[in-house]
Amino acid sequence: MSNANRSVLICHGTGCVSLESPDIKEAIEKEISNLGIMDVQVKATGCHGFCQRGPIVVIEPEGIFYSEVKVKDAAEIVSSHLQNNEPVERLFYRDPVTDEPIPYYRDIIFYKNQRRIILRNCGHIDPEEIEDYLDIDGYQALRKVLLEMTPEQVIEEIKSSGLRGRGGAGFPTGLKWEFCYKASGNEKYMICNADEGDPGAFMDRSILEADPHSLLEGLVIAGYAIGANTGYIYVRAEYPLAVNRIHIALVQAEERGFLGKNILGTDFSFEVNIMEGAGAFVCGEETGLMASIEGRSGRPRPRPPYPANSGLWENPTTINNVKTLVTVPVIISKGADWYSAIGTEKSKGTAVFALTGHIANCGLVEVAMGTTLREIIYEIGGGIPNGKAFKAVQTGGPSGGCLPASFLDHPVDYESLAAAGSIMGSGGMVVMDEDTCMVDIARYFLDFTQRESCGKCTPCRLGTKRMLEILERITKGEGKEGDVELLIDMAATIKDSSLCALGQTAPNPVLTTIEFFRDEYDAHIRDKTCPARSCKALFGYQIDLEACKGCGLCKKNCPQDAISGERKEPHTIDPDRCIKCGVCFDVCPFGAVVKA
Amino acid sequence: MEKRLETIFSSHEGRQGELIPILQQVQEKFGYLSQKAMFEIAEFTGAPESQVYSVATFYTQFRFTPIGKNHIMVCRGTACHVKGAPIILEELEKQLGIKEGEVTPDMKFSLETVACIGACGLAPNMVINRRTYGHLTKQRVSEIISDLRSKEEEIKNEQC
Repeated sequence: MSNANRSVLICHGTGCVSLESPDIKEAIEKEISNLGIMDVQVKATGCHGFCQRGPIVVIEPEGIFYSEVKVKDAAEIVSSHLQNNEPVERLFYRDPVTDEPIPYYRDIIFYKNQRRIILRNCGHIDPEEIEDYLDIDGYQALRKVLLEMTPEQVIEEIKSSGLRGRGGAGFPTGLKWEFCYKASGNEKYMICNADEGDPGAFMDRSILEADPHSLLEGLVIAGYAIGANTGYIYVRAEYPLAVNRIHIALVQAEERGFLGKNILGTDFSFEVNIMEGAGAFVCGEETGLMASIEGRSGRPRPRPPYPANSGLWENPTTINNVKTLVTVPVIISKGADWYSAIGTEKSKGTAVFALTGHIANCGLVEVAMGTTLREIIYEIGGGIPNGKAFKAVQTGGPSGGCLPASFLDHPVDYESLAAAGSIMGSGGMVVMDEDTCMVDIARYFLDFTQRESCGKCTPCRLGTKRMLEILERITKGEGKEGDVELLIDMAATIKDSSLCALGQTAPNPVLTTIEFFRDEYDAHIRDKTCPARSCKALFGYQIDLEACKGCGLCKKNCPQDAISGERKEPHTIDPDRCIKCGVCFDVCPFGAVVKA
Repeated sequence: MEKRLETIFSSHEGRQGELIPILQQVQEKFGYLSQKAMFEIAEFTGAPESQVYSVATFYTQFRFTPIGKNHIMVCRGTACHVKGAPIILEELEKQLGIKEGEVTPDMKFSLETVACIGACGLAPNMVINRRTYGHLTKQRVSEIISDLRSKEEEIKNEQC
């Protein structure tokens, strides 16, 4: 343990690392040693969930929050703040609405209105140091479970907490454990599903990178409850940093006796294997995931038998999402009553969302179940930037739906989102402004699902492809009357006749955009226009003769020589030569190039 | 058998459950899965070659042709898409003179799109040789590529 009074916490999540936070750490350490400051320790932490404003540097105990820090700022942070106690105001986070500088972590609206249970340790501890986790009572829940509770009592506690699976489907976790506990079989398996495949969701990655020991603790407790001695963490290979941190945590936990043989001196032994996913979205489905661990193509199979009775290598198996398992130690420590007091009647606890897209504060948001979309988007998220209007919010990734402004006051929980035609999913929440074309969004998601369809069920394999072709035609201005009806018809068939959730939910983005934004489909099909000016085939570029100053920048940059005009005279674009590359639109300093 | 393959096989028993990790390690070492490597993997695991191919072609991670020295992966996650990933891809294709899935004739650059890399807060993103580049614009893409090109030139000059 260090005797330091103050800590400099430097985020080392994927986002901040890509913005050179390791170099910032090195520069700060160098400066501290140059100035001979003794009472400060410098720590690398995991993700704070506010990657957009990264790299993030936090000074504790005062809780000063610096955002968008650069290597060249290191010297000033050390000399001004650490040596002379004068925080560097120009590095404070600025409120996107008022532009006020906000010095303290706790006052930033993005964090202030969150309730962090799953993300409780993210950004506050060094994920590569087990000591940091032990200092905040890490592995105490495991100790309590192994020394004071029977598996039945653990299952009972989780059941009465009301915890439901955070992977998307929301199945009660305690019940899932009980099925597996009661299943006959000597060999049982406990799997953590960290194959976060939804495009636009990154909370599991952040947790693995920032708090791997909480996950391991939850996994061992779950293993004890169901009677398994072997665990697997199935994690995406696209997350190299997360994979690395989990490996480090495994070694440390084993050294301390929290994993391996006779854990904490009891009869219970548990080993954990890490399996890297090889890039198949469908492996997020539990039977597909198990096939992948077995070394086969990750194609889902019919259920029953359910994994609780016949899972990995036909043995009883439980599969839980990262967020579910990370919640388990807190429930054990604080009790089921504490947990079940948070959230709504049917959806207990908190939900984590990856709030992204056209939003001022983009990042990881954890709120109590039942919080409204408006609170998440406009309060925590700070609203839509650049003076644009809100158009839609997409939840649940490729399996979810797009909801319009009329749903903003709906609470967020499993039941409400399902009733609206979307799903909770694993927590992607993509906000879209007025410039987003909803037909293109439907096309985008279907392009994703048809690529990821495993090919087993014909309606999913061929149906999504045919639907995609129709959507592609519509976005190119070649839509026909009856296309929308055909899409709805095919969607129903695919939903009804696909084996797994991928096919059953693949049409959701199409169906919800048709339901809520039908006028956009009609505009594409009947008027051959894209109201959002997003589909390239359906708009052209023009020069506003009033606004054009004749600077010639567009003419100089046009790769097609499609722009003509004398210097200081308004220019014009020849539509026959224009390839709509948008260079003129990007370079015009007067906003004179317009989409029409 | 190639020494590097032997080294990888020596840490495995050849069980079916090890197939995907073996494929991953071989690709990591060689950059892709050659016909010869696939044959050796089938021999080692005792599985028919058809089965090894069936598994390997199911997963998008595996590739069967060599990649360029600088391997560019453009994220096509939702956040990147709504923030202009298609424009970034178009710019890269223009700069490099190749399409998605292709390699430049000098083998210096290859380009592919990948499912979400989970750095949505920095959208739009790309990864080059394991490094993530966020907050991309056409301008930034052009700078990054010309930086990489001049690095390649330097290496070439040093070798001369």
